[in-house]
Order: sequence, then structure tokens, then C-alpha cells
Amino acid sequence: MERSIAYIALFAALTAALGLVPQITLASGVPVTAQSMGIMLCGTVLGARRGFLAVLLFLLLVALGLPLLSGGRGGLGVFGSPTAGFLFGFPVAAFVTGLIMERMRSVAVLPTAILASLIGGVLVLYLFGVTGMAITLKKSFFEAAALILVYIPGDLMKAVITGLLTSGLARARPGSLLSRPA
Amino acid sequence: MISLTFPTRTWAHPVPVGWKLACLSGATVVLFSFGSLAVQTAALSLTAVLYLSAGRGFAWSGLKTLRILWPFLTVIVLWHLIEGSPHEGLSIALRLMSTVALANFVTMTSRLSDMIDLAAWLLSPLRRLGLSTRGLEIAIALVIRFTPLLSLRGAQLVDAWRARSARRPSWRIALPLTVMALDDADHVAEALKARGGIQ
Repeated sequence: MERSIAYIALFAALTAALGLVPQITLASGVPVTAQSMGIMLCGTVLGARRGFLAVLLFLLLVALGLPLLSGGRGGLGVFGSPTAGFLFGFPVAAFVTGLIMERMRSVAVLPTAILASLIGGVLVLYLFGVTGMAITLKKSFFEAAALILVYIPGDLMKAVITGLLTSGLARARPGSLLSRPA
Repeated sequence: MISLTFPTRTWAHPVPVGWKLACLSGATVVLFSFGSLAVQTAALSLTAVLYLSAGRGFAWSGLKTLRILWPFLTVIVLWHLIEGSPHEGLSIALRLMSTVALANFVTMTSRLSDMIDLAAWLLSPLRRLGLSTRGLEIAIALVIRFTPLLSLRGAQLVDAWRARSARRPSWRIALPLTVMALDDADHVAEALKARGGIQ
């Protein structure tokens, strides 16, 4: 129980710390950051349930007014902005990523982590994000999707990097992957 | 950790957070129920007056937090202009500004400790049902404690990289950072157990 709480809290902090890595802001306002890598890591390392809770804790603290989002953003205002869909998608993305990591136990860490990050951290997250944008901007799903098409290659790369990081972690600290208990 | 609360005390700071959030919810409902341009313009004007009533420095700081919206506002206005419904576009843009500005007003005038107290109060039914919220309280404190530490270590890793290589730091830095986070988590777990655990 203590281990779960400690891991959940530390990974929420890690996600926040990754958001403070300097970001590049592209044309339509959605920043390209390392933060979504933190979300995917919560899933691949902590598994579905704890990864979900870690990201939920992260969002709770953002709502309470801490500048944990990339670029030092936070507070209640971000939940009303057009990118709020991505925020709501964060915990679900972590959950799906973790679920795939847990279910595909027979497959090696590296390919599973990459696949899990792609499906959870990119596909599911973008579903939520684009839907959120479509609702806020009052445009259709595909029109909103066209706005952020440019970010997808960057996020695909981040998914691969998350996979590499996870397999590196599995070797550096065997037994640390809560998504794959020894 | 420094929160987003505005450091200078305004008239809104002592107002209980619960009231401010309730007013925010009510205002959001009103904003989304009426789509006319007149209503949205009035709402945004009132929001501006609200900000100015807390001081010019406060209002300027609030304006800066809205800066991130400008690409979306441009897209909305231009898109609707092209489609021939400029009034609707302007109305949506104004509503977006009002919603975000009002929410930020609550954040800027509420201390972190007050927000945590409100969260604890909202969770009190769970405690009456016998479920312990101690785990969540400790988790919140841990995140607040460790986020500055981890980001400092991240910066140190970047420095260490720059001292050893002319190339830009790559994603590989995230690995030792994550390992450090894992090690910290193990130490914290042991420390918690040593102090009696979370009951």
C-alpha cells in the first residue's frame, strides 16, 4: 500500500517535472512537450490502475492551482480551454497503456511498451483531445483533427522513446515495473 | 512549490473557495445557455471589470494567462468568417475567453491550502463511510515535495550532459531521471512504513 502510494505520487511528480523540459510551441497552440511521455510512462511502468491514479492525482493538483502543465500552466482555466480534451484523456491514456502492458505479459517489454504507448498515449489520447477541440471550437471531429495533424509524428516518436525508456528501466531496476510484477 | 495564486492580497482572496467555485459553476452554466453576441460581450465586459476590481497588476497578470488562447481565438473567428457566420464565431471566441478568465480568477485568488481544505471537505463523506483519505493527503504532499526536486535533478542532468558533449541533450536523459524517481519512491515507501504506514 505504501509502495503504491509512493510510486503513484512520484510518477505524478515525474510527469510534472517532464512538463518543465523546454517545449516547442507550434502554430495552432498545442505545445510539443515531453509531458505526454510522462503520461505514457505512468502507464507502462505503473500499470493500468496505478497509472490511472497517478495521472488523476497530477490533474487534481493542476486543478488546485499548481503550475504542473508544460509551460508552467495550471489552475482551473486550463480545463475550459480547447486543449482540455487532452487533459481529460490523460488518465484514460495511461490506463489503456498500462492495460496493454499488463495483458501482453508474454511479449517482451520493448515491443509491448511501444505498442502500448502508441495505442494508449497517441490513439486514445488524440481521440479525447480532438473530440474536446471539436466541442469547444464547434467544429466537426475531422476539421478539428486537421488542426493538429502536425503533432502526430512528434507523438509517434515519443511513443517509441517511451518504449525504449521502459525497456531500459526494466534492465536498470528489475522488478520496478509494477505493470509486470516478477 | 510556488502555486498560481496571485501574491498580492485582493478583496477576493478571503472569500471562501467553495463560494467562488459555486459562482464559477453558475456563471459557466449561464455562459453556455445563452449564445447571443450581446450576452457574451456583456459577460466578457463584466469579467474584465471583475479583474480590474482586484487591481491593475492583477488584471494584467490575468490577461497574460489568456495569451495562450490567441491561436484558437484566431482560428475560430477566421473560420466562422469564411463560413459566413461571423457573429457566431465572435460569440464563441468571447465565451471561451470569459470561461477561461473566470476559472483563472478563482485560481488566482485562492490559496493552495484553502483548495486542499476544500478537497478534504468534499471527500469527508468518504471518511464517514469508513474509507481513509490519509493516502490521498500524503500523496498530494509527496507530489508537492518531489516535483521541484525532480525538475532540479532534470536540470542537473542537462548540465552534466552539456559539460560532456557539444550535442544537444537527447531523450536519453529521461532514463536516469526516471530511475531516480523510482529510487525515491522506494525510499519514501520504506520511510512511510517505518513511521507506521498509512492506515
